[in-house]
Amino acid sequence: MITAEKLKVQFGENVVLKNLDLHIANGEVVAVIGPSGGGKSTFLRCLNFLVRPVEGKITVDGVTLDAKSVSKGEIDRLRLKTAMVFQNYNLLKNMTAIQNIMEPMVTVQKMSKKEAEAVAISLLEKVGLLHKRDAYPKEMSGGQQQRIGIARALAVNTNIILFDEPTSSLDPELVGEVLSVIKQLVAEHNKTMVIVTHEMKFAREVADRILFLEDGVITAMGTPQEIFENGVNERVKRFIHTMHSNGTTL
Amino acid sequence: MNFDVVWFVNLFPVVLPTLELTLNMSLLSLVLTVLLSVFISVVRHFRVGGLSQFFGAYITLFRATPLVAQLFILYFGLPSIIPAMKSMSAFQTTVLALTLNTSAFMSETLRAAIESVDKGQLEACYSMGMTRYQTMVRVVLPQAFVVALPSLGNQFIGIIKGTALGFTVGLADIMAKAKIAAALDLRFFEAYLCVTLIYLVLVMGVEKVQGILEKRLQKFC
Repeated sequence: MITAEKLKVQFGENVVLKNLDLHIANGEVVAVIGPSGGGKSTFLRCLNFLVRPVEGKITVDGVTLDAKSVSKGEIDRLRLKTAMVFQNYNLLKNMTAIQNIMEPMVTVQKMSKKEAEAVAISLLEKVGLLHKRDAYPKEMSGGQQQRIGIARALAVNTNIILFDEPTSSLDPELVGEVLSVIKQLVAEHNKTMVIVTHEMKFAREVADRILFLEDGVITAMGTPQEIFENGVNERVKRFIHTMHSNGTTL
Repeated sequence: MNFDVVWFVNLFPVVLPTLELTLNMSLLSLVLTVLLSVFISVVRHFRVGGLSQFFGAYITLFRATPLVAQLFILYFGLPSIIPAMKSMSAFQTTVLALTLNTSAFMSETLRAAIESVDKGQLEACYSMGMTRYQTMVRVVLPQAFVVALPSLGNQFIGIIKGTALGFTVGLADIMAKAKIAAALDLRFFEAYLCVTLIYLVLVMGVEKVQGILEKRLQKFC
């Protein structure tokens, strides 16, 4: 469960999130769409305090942080509640695929190496990359790196996974393999997922709820049907139409 | 040509037994330099209050002054005001001077290398729940070392050659042996050519090892 109350993020004079309120239920899959610079990634990064809000409260799986009075220990505790998949994969370059997946288990969860290796192998199988277990990130394609990134996020073993534009850095022909892995997760796990994406068709297929974030404000929110078919909001309709005419798969 | 080949060749067995001293000084200084440099670079990277400024001043001081002056101050100067330093041997003082001098350079190299590790990986570590310390030790430093390796190699070579200053405080290293032999028989060219060759071979060995290391580590950076 995720709750954000009156979340405000400001970089200098620029207010990126304006008193954002949101509740996400357990097991819900929420897709966040909207124009670039609208605050989508900033919102996601607030949820694990990679970006520090100046005001507001965040509750993630029972851990509540008040931006005004937050301690380092609280941030550490909050981060244990979520896993994140990044736009640029952010695999640890000095480690192989399997070591990347084992890292959160060995270093953070203090699992034995043997146990962690067994879990990592099953996760490699799940993302279809067991044959790359000993490859370093630079020896893999973007799509493969992102699939390892997803396996690593699963290894963190939290109820919540945050996806920050997981396919935006990929060549178009590699997008499909990553999306299908995420779809498979949605189908197999009952995890809460927040997915920032530009892939409209994908958002429509996997999400229980779509948020449209623009200028730091949620300007529309609803089921995929409400957002894509009923066209509750003129601005959202225009955005989706533009994404469509720009060639993004709808 | 006034070059006594036989004298030159016979000098090697005289000088080479003291090579162990040069190697000991070099390796000990290298290990201490790496430890001190890692500590300084991490302190400076995190801008630890007080310590960071202190090391900043130290770096300026030791980069701006000659190694030989630092060695003389440590060996001849400071013991007169700090009695505890009187018990330090020439070997210890030379290692200390080399360590302090080289660390001033190496810590800056390492700090730049630490800062070159892309921030995305740090975010990934923090998002997994790793602490700043775990992130530094398991991810940042291993990558920073690879980035800094060519530079670290240079600095190690500097240390090896710097040990030659040991003879100025009375250490009988290869340089001192050659110098004594040269003065006795007035064979300066032969003597200094002999030590030059020894240093050359030594440094070529270091370059070789560095090359192998770089090749091996290339696969992830």
